[in-house]
Amino acid sequence: MAEITRLIHEYLRHDKKFPHVWCPGCGIGIMLGALIRAIDKTGYSKDDIVLVSGIGCTGRLPVYVDFNTLHTTHGRALTFATGIKLAKPRLKVIVIMGDGDAVAIGGNHFIHAARRNIDLTAIIVNNNVYGMTGGQYSPTTPYGMKSTTTTYSNVEHAFNISELAVTAGSVFVGRGTVYHAKLLDSLMEKAFAKVGFSVVEIISHCHTQFGRLNRMGTAVEMMQWQRDHAVTVEKAAQMKAEELKGKFKIGVLVDRNLPAYQDEYEKVRRWAKGSEKR
Amino acid sequence: MKKKSKKRELLLQGNEAIVEGALKAGCSFFAGYPITPATEISELLSVKLPQRDGTFIQMEDEIASLGAVIGASLAGAKAMTATSGPGFSLMQENLGFAVIAEVPCVIVNAMRGGPSTGLPTMPSQSDVMQARWGTHGDHPTIALCPSTIRECYDLTIKAFNYSEKFRIPVILLVDEVVAHMREKIAIDDEEDVEIFNRIKPTVPPEWYIPFEDTPKGVPAMANFGDGYRYHVTGLTHDIRGFPTSRPDEIDPFIRRLFRKVSQNFAEVQIGEFYQADDADITIIAYGSVARSARRAAADGRERGLKIGVLKMNTLWPFMRTQVEKVLRTSKVVIVPEMNMGQVSREVKRVNKGDAKVFTINKVDGTIITPQEILGRIKEVS
Repeated sequence: MAEITRLIHEYLRHDKKFPHVWCPGCGIGIMLGALIRAIDKTGYSKDDIVLVSGIGCTGRLPVYVDFNTLHTTHGRALTFATGIKLAKPRLKVIVIMGDGDAVAIGGNHFIHAARRNIDLTAIIVNNNVYGMTGGQYSPTTPYGMKSTTTTYSNVEHAFNISELAVTAGSVFVGRGTVYHAKLLDSLMEKAFAKVGFSVVEIISHCHTQFGRLNRMGTAVEMMQWQRDHAVTVEKAAQMKAEELKGKFKIGVLVDRNLPAYQDEYEKVRRWAKGSEKR
Repeated sequence: MKKKSKKRELLLQGNEAIVEGALKAGCSFFAGYPITPATEISELLSVKLPQRDGTFIQMEDEIASLGAVIGASLAGAKAMTATSGPGFSLMQENLGFAVIAEVPCVIVNAMRGGPSTGLPTMPSQSDVMQARWGTHGDHPTIALCPSTIRECYDLTIKAFNYSEKFRIPVILLVDEVVAHMREKIAIDDEEDVEIFNRIKPTVPPEWYIPFEDTPKGVPAMANFGDGYRYHVTGLTHDIRGFPTSRPDEIDPFIRRLFRKVSQNFAEVQIGEFYQADDADITIIAYGSVARSARRAAADGRERGLKIGVLKMNTLWPFMRTQVEKVLRTSKVVIVPEMNMGQVSREVKRVNKGDAKVFTINKVDGTIITPQEILGRIKEVS
């Protein structure tokens, strides 16, 4: 059996009614492929994987895959995931979010999950817009771009999700694009192998909403834009600041070791029981 | 030699008794955010839970707290949070999630005066309707209300039992007086208290239908990681847990959510009658006000007034049967509350002209005294 066929049979839900909700050409499908390939490599049993999501196009992902899946409220996926991880630490908990989900309504939960260093992997699909509700601007919509709620032009400045994750304390932060599909596989594999709060930001496109309103062309043209504007971390290190203007870095942005929350809390349990002195 | 008694005689605050009850019920996970007058519950559980391999976590807000509680429950823990009015408002979003996804959990709301920041350290009973209708969408509610320290302990155990049995979030509404008041209670750790644990599936995973319509209305619940992989969503879902927009799947689902509570009114509606059989005047009260009501009834009887009391320990579902009995047998019914009339509104709704219903509404941040109740009785009878 071809590898792809095996993965489809192994990981997609057969009792779920396809087709999926995403538009033809959407980047979420590429991300889903990378996610399944990376999970397959972890060696975890499907019974021990929990996939948690919030609301939005990306939030619909867990319903299609055969794990313990939880589709929560908007922006709150990380809080539910925190409870699952702490109540049953042996489970591998992966959180899938969109940009609005992760850093607008869920922004506070995002920085605090990173600060606590809860052992979760957050995968954020950043397509610069609220797609499901029809193309309103999000915290990652660049200055000067159009959306259905910035019809004149966006006068707010965008969050840099990965930099936010680094500053808030994540032990691993990687950024990729849906054009660089193979990089996504390796970033997710590295993130899953990490103990602590790991983040993979995926630059994607919403040609249906964001692309249409900003005349950025088809899905293919928007992926070509990703190809032309992404610079690997290694290459960026040799480039001057002015050369990097308008570009974004892809690859591993941070990889460091810090004690994860549940290991720290084990200490609290030992102190509480008196089996160890503080 | 005399066997050492396992009974612990304790002078406890309401909040402390809630902690004792939660631990007895098997609570192993707490997530919360500091707020007066519920903070003692967090502080005590932060000490006690890690001693018994449980988990305490202080989250970034109340929305996150209930999210973590629901997550922990899905992974198999008995989980709870505690807050007050402002935090309870923030929890309404995820409270609705726990209702639609049928996740057992317990939420304590130590009620203070509102609206908004209101009166952080003063008592109130003004969240009765918020407990009922706070989250959006049609849904059933179970809300319990203690008036003594013993009831704080007992009703917390019951709250966990109901939540596990009916797969529903259960709210414990405790007013600030009861939360902070101290009384002596005896807790027998060996006592055989009924503890209910959620029904788990016994079928093989491939036969498991996670939201199946059973005669009892409560499907078996598999915990994440138990080998039953299924989908949990806040979207209206079919019996397999997948989102649906089919009217023939939506309707039975919503009706089942109601049925699992309404089929069990007799079990979840707890209250007590005091000298109600021959009463001309009955006081319907709950929380700390029920204490004043009993005192008012005793004092009134000494003066020849036939006063009885119905103390409500269950506020939702509304104890219609018991209230109708009181309305039929009494001439006058008094409903004293530390709000503008949230339970009296329900009493008036079920009154079919059998009795005259009068209210006492105190909203100045102080308690209702027995004298005030007696004064009102004299005024209206």
